[in-house]
Amino acid sequence: MTDSITIRGLNKIFAGPEGGTVAAVRDVDLEIGAGRLVTLLGPSGCGKTTLLRMIAGFEEPTSGDILFGDRRMNEVPPNRRDTAMVFQSYAIFPHLDVFENVAFGLRLRKLDGAEIETRVNRVLGLTGLSGYARRSPNQLSGGQQQRVALARSIVMEPRVLLFDEPLSNLDAKLREQMRVEIRELQQRVGITAVYVTHDQVEAMSISDEIVIMNAGAVEQRGSPHAIYARPASRFVADFIGKANFVAATVVDAGHVDVAGHRLALPDPGRPAGTAVTLVVRPEAVHLSVDAGLFAGTVRRVMFLGNIAEYLIGVDGVGDWLVDAPNPAETGLFEVGARIRLEPSPSSVHVLPA
Amino acid sequence: MAAVTRDARAELRLLARDPLLLVLLAAIAVAIVVFVVYPLLRVLIASFQVDGVWSLEGWTELADRRLYRSALLNSLGVGALVGVLGVVLGYLCAFVLTRLDVPGKTFLHYVTILPIVSPPFVSAVSILFLFGFNGLVTRQFLGLDDFSIYGFHGVVLSQVFTFAPIAYLSLRGVLASISPTLEDAALNVGATRWQTFWKVSLPLSLPGIAGAFLIVFIESMADFGNPLVLAGATFPMLAPQAYLEITGSFNLSRGATLAIVLLIPSLSAFAIQRWYLAKRQYITVTGKPTASSSKIVSPAVKWLLYGIVVAFAALVAAFYAVILVGAFTKVWGFNYAPTLAHFAYVFDVGLQSVKDTLIVAIVTTPVSGLLGMLVAFLVVRRTFPGRTALEFGAILPFAVPGTVVGIGYILAFNAPPLLLTGSLAVLVLCFVFRYVPVGIQSGIAVLRQIDPSIEEAAQNLGADGLTTFRKVTLPLIAPAFFSGLVYAFVRAMTAISAAIFLVSANWNLMTVQILNQVGSGRLGVSAAFSVVVIVVVLIAIGVIGLVVDRWSRHTTMVRHP
Repeated sequence: MTDSITIRGLNKIFAGPEGGTVAAVRDVDLEIGAGRLVTLLGPSGCGKTTLLRMIAGFEEPTSGDILFGDRRMNEVPPNRRDTAMVFQSYAIFPHLDVFENVAFGLRLRKLDGAEIETRVNRVLGLTGLSGYARRSPNQLSGGQQQRVALARSIVMEPRVLLFDEPLSNLDAKLREQMRVEIRELQQRVGITAVYVTHDQVEAMSISDEIVIMNAGAVEQRGSPHAIYARPASRFVADFIGKANFVAATVVDAGHVDVAGHRLALPDPGRPAGTAVTLVVRPEAVHLSVDAGLFAGTVRRVMFLGNIAEYLIGVDGVGDWLVDAPNPAETGLFEVGARIRLEPSPSSVHVLPA
Repeated sequence: MAAVTRDARAELRLLARDPLLLVLLAAIAVAIVVFVVYPLLRVLIASFQVDGVWSLEGWTELADRRLYRSALLNSLGVGALVGVLGVVLGYLCAFVLTRLDVPGKTFLHYVTILPIVSPPFVSAVSILFLFGFNGLVTRQFLGLDDFSIYGFHGVVLSQVFTFAPIAYLSLRGVLASISPTLEDAALNVGATRWQTFWKVSLPLSLPGIAGAFLIVFIESMADFGNPLVLAGATFPMLAPQAYLEITGSFNLSRGATLAIVLLIPSLSAFAIQRWYLAKRQYITVTGKPTASSSKIVSPAVKWLLYGIVVAFAALVAAFYAVILVGAFTKVWGFNYAPTLAHFAYVFDVGLQSVKDTLIVAIVTTPVSGLLGMLVAFLVVRRTFPGRTALEFGAILPFAVPGTVVGIGYILAFNAPPLLLTGSLAVLVLCFVFRYVPVGIQSGIAVLRQIDPSIEEAAQNLGADGLTTFRKVTLPLIAPAFFSGLVYAFVRAMTAISAAIFLVSANWNLMTVQILNQVGSGRLGVSAAFSVVVIVVVLIAIGVIGLVVDRWSRHTTMVRHP
């Protein structure tokens, strides 16, 4: 039914202005297991949408192969690839009602009326659109339109589901709700899915696996947890969540030196004397009045409800972002206050300098 | 260069995944070459040949003989003056009807654009009724015996009446796209009304004004009907002269040469309009509705301008009233007794031409409408080698005067393997390609505003290119489809300049009948023919509107009970 996706040595080179060329996708190799939901995550212009459109068949690769299962898809036109895509703009047919939008692909397959009726109604039920079958798209809210686009894809029972930033036009609340729904629906129907987004929270919350892209190439891939805890590069660390980058030198197998302070770290894995960069997540630093390895001055405080976000000038090191949980309970440090900081060693990740 | 051919091959390979679309594209490309480009080439070649031998005689004669020199100068002069007058009148109407708070704007709008849908002789015949030797005004009211409407002033009067509405429509679009808040802003920083007009309103609409001028100029140069009726023997003009050379003196070479001379200014104006001015339109649409009406005219000026617009509308109405009355009047100028004799003639002797015209128009309309939308779809949504050339070839006929097309068609399709003259096909083909550019352009404009992912969604769900076009694109661009259909039908009903070369004993057209009746002085019958044409056109616009509306709203693939 559903297929794995294999991408080998894929390149997409566009003709750029003044006769030059722009590589939108560079040497991408990717294996996506059947039934998994994989997110392509990266800043705008990183090539993630181009990669998705090549999988759908809307863009022609300059070189490389795309396989569904073990079948090479390069020459297969988009209308015969049996993928179903949810578009950023939803791309709902404005001249058809909800039922006909969802039935569109089934009618093209020349299924008989009764079967179409059954399948469409089932999917409308699944997406919470049961009462809306005869509504015209312009009578629907943004969230409902999103569901129509989703229903229209799922009803095809495609080999591959593709999502192109499907939630970017929704407001924050609805976005959270829809990503839960999409995840649940994808797991229930068990179809391989590729999901493009630039929103790291969205990627973390729905993916089996995240593929971070930068400037056309894959920067890192892994589970949401692995990528957050062990970013492979400064770019990934910075893009996924917030990070303080701290210059340090390896002292021995259990310690690094940060501006004269000896910080205990479980094996930095590098010979003594190597310059490294530490990734210190804002939530992995504990603040207190008297206990901590580093001392600093509060420069800025933002109260965000669930956390307080501090900017702290750390003596001899530089500015750190620090998140303190539950500030309503614990109270806030004032700007100008002197405080101590203690990074949690197990959450500090070591990168090459 | 190698990269270019490689790209072209890649594009073709992509297109070939949709074999049906590729075949259609090839067919359209071939048809454009055969029915647009080839006839023009034949005219060009014919202008350098006399009796099949290469010769420059046609061109040297043109330079030597005063008749042809003055035909050229007369046509250019009339074109320029009609362009200026038409634009002034059109701008006035557009300004009053879009920017001022005056009564009856919708009604005035429809009256003003009426000449666009009327047969080419309505104004000429009305002018003869009113200002001719036996004219109501000149003879009856003023008692003039020696006034002649024929010549420069007659043609200019008739053409301004015919083409000012085109300038009006085009300038209406221009003014509507300039936010009135800009005027408010100028007034707000202390400009006087007069300064605001000269420094803000006018400069912003200047590219649009130039564009409208060129369109009217092209139309005036290409106009055949008005000059033929009103120019008279002492005021030669290019289009009728080319026609007379061919049908009167059977001098194809000279006719072709005049046609080429006619083509040059039209093509130049077209090129300027399309590639130079189109980039300089100032569009300040903000997306916010601006209900602000202009405050840059004082009440006195406002009512003066309104008076001019009402007067023009009244003149339009008067011309049509005169045609209507004339169609029911025994002998205009002598015996004003009512009669049905002219209509009896139309539906007896003229019945064949009524039927023929309807058949030609009914066959032309859907073909031209669909072709226009298909070309727009291909040009906007597909990449293929020669796309720009295809678009240019398809739009080109807009700038080619009908006289040139007509001469081209008799040169190109008068012998095997493409022996088409005298058939229904030649009329239909001529009309389809002549009137498709308007549909293409509006199709392109509408399509560019539609998110391409809607069509990609259809493809993604399994629709091939042609299915996507049929089930998704076409319903989405229904408004452009409608205007393409209406334009094709109206033009097929009212065409004369190219058609007059292509009609035959078997296939005759009402417009040619109108001309013949005018020629033999039977204005009553020609008025009756005109009334029939106008009525048919108005009914057809209504019917097409209803059909397109119903169809685009209910394009579900299966009817639900």
